[in-house]
Amino acid sequence: MSAVSDAGTPPVLEVHDLNLWYGDFHALKQIHMVIQACQVTALIGPSGCGKSTLLRCFNRMNDLIESARVSGRILLDGRDIRDPLVPLVTLRKRVGMVFQRPNPFPLSVFENVAFGARVHALAARTGMAEIVERSLHAVGLWDTLKDRLRHSALGLSLEQQQRLCIARLVAVQPDVLLMDEPCSALDPIATGKVEELIRALKARYTIVVVTHNMQQAARISDYTGFLFLGEMVEFGPTGALFTNPRDPRTEAYITGRFG
Amino acid sequence: MRWRQAREWVIEQLIRASGISSIVMVVLIFAFLLKEGLAVFQTVPLGDFLAGQRWYPISEPPRFGILPLLCGSALVTGGAALLSVPLSIASALCISEIAKGWAKEALKTGIELFAAIPSVVLGFIGVTVLAPLIRQAFHLPTGLTALTGSITLAFMAMPTIVSITEDALSAVPRGYREAAVALGATRWQMMTRVLLPAAASGIVAAVMLGVGRVIGETMAVMMLTGNAAVIPHSLLQPVRTLTATIAAEMGETVRGSDHYSALFAIGIVLFAISFSINLVADLFLHRTRAR
Repeated sequence: MSAVSDAGTPPVLEVHDLNLWYGDFHALKQIHMVIQACQVTALIGPSGCGKSTLLRCFNRMNDLIESARVSGRILLDGRDIRDPLVPLVTLRKRVGMVFQRPNPFPLSVFENVAFGARVHALAARTGMAEIVERSLHAVGLWDTLKDRLRHSALGLSLEQQQRLCIARLVAVQPDVLLMDEPCSALDPIATGKVEELIRALKARYTIVVVTHNMQQAARISDYTGFLFLGEMVEFGPTGALFTNPRDPRTEAYITGRFG
Repeated sequence: MRWRQAREWVIEQLIRASGISSIVMVVLIFAFLLKEGLAVFQTVPLGDFLAGQRWYPISEPPRFGILPLLCGSALVTGGAALLSVPLSIASALCISEIAKGWAKEALKTGIELFAAIPSVVLGFIGVTVLAPLIRQAFHLPTGLTALTGSITLAFMAMPTIVSITEDALSAVPRGYREAAVALGATRWQMMTRVLLPAAASGIVAAVMLGVGRVIGETMAVMMLTGNAAVIPHSLLQPVRTLTATIAAEMGETVRGSDHYSALFAIGIVLFAISFSINLVADLFLHRTRAR
């Protein structure tokens, strides 16, 4: 199995020999992969296969879990993300994350979008309105919410909340968007709209999506990685992986024989 | 089977009766307070009672103005709140967000132990340790001042405020923390910009309950505040609180006299204050749950 693909775009994230343990449990085994800029990469696999764990390595969210231990290297634009010279805060500014359940802060719509920008001191008070407007535009919420910027974000529909969470990331101008099953709390129509948004965001951002929905991976991604029991079984262009899987386990999974 | 049904009925009625009894008790206590206290308003109009600047209960004619006592209570309580609120919120943040493992357990137990110290013991420590310190530090004729009471009461309010605030912080969904951290917020930014606003109503309730405890506190303030019934102009003067007045004077009054009912009227005022504070706290707690 080859981790490197031959697309013309430069790699943004490179993963070499990545291993992760939760206590004694070996959750990720010798992961190798390369993620191309401005492409959507999907990670699929059955529950518990390590796909969310892998995603959370990219912005070091696993640091919050005390028992987690990591070996190997993850390079962001050629630099190790655990380089002590790169502050964690800077890494997370460049690599943002969208969660399974929409989790807007219990603040106003405006404050939600402005949060990251404030934290990173990206704008003076006057520039903030502009950042908020631009970010809400980017996720297609501006026209619906422009008169409700002062309302609580908790009053929005789930789909709007998830879009708002994406707008909150876009506001800090990251390079990579990590999405951990971003549609699993949404109904099919909302899912379709968020998928459309993901495809649109691809023009500017490198996106990594974890999903347990194979059809979704096929619809939105350019590359797909299949994880099984902590191993990257197969990684490659989405079309090839789904039509012509090289590993029998991949074939078994995508044809629905287990999972 | 009829025996079993009868037994169920009896048990049910007993439980119902004990439930109702607490309400009955409160109503009876309040009725008793009113009965004993309202008589004073035949001699002193309500306005003079609440706004009168002199409390001379045994002069001839007696003066029953509780404004100095209200001011004393407000000053001591306000001072205690100012001292304990920031300290308590910081402790709660430390317990829920920073401390891990045994340190967390030790802190929690320590705070709970604090609540177990009898107020007279705190008062005793205040008299022997704190009062001389304050007298020397500010060059005062006496160390028994509003400030001495405030500091001691601040420690009494802390356990309540800390434990309820900590509950409120722990109830903030994990998702908020993760979202803030994933956006690159530092821990401090996460706490001040996300956690505290998210837990705000619970924290307000915690503060109200802490203040409620302080207002009703008697023993320590009686020992520490100097008990001078004058309108205070600074925290460094002796004051007298509503509670200390009742406790100090009740033994000397003739049952049924004006002085006696004036003390009960003070009780009504205290009851009203505590009741409204608890009500506000309850409203805020309710708001948290409704979310």
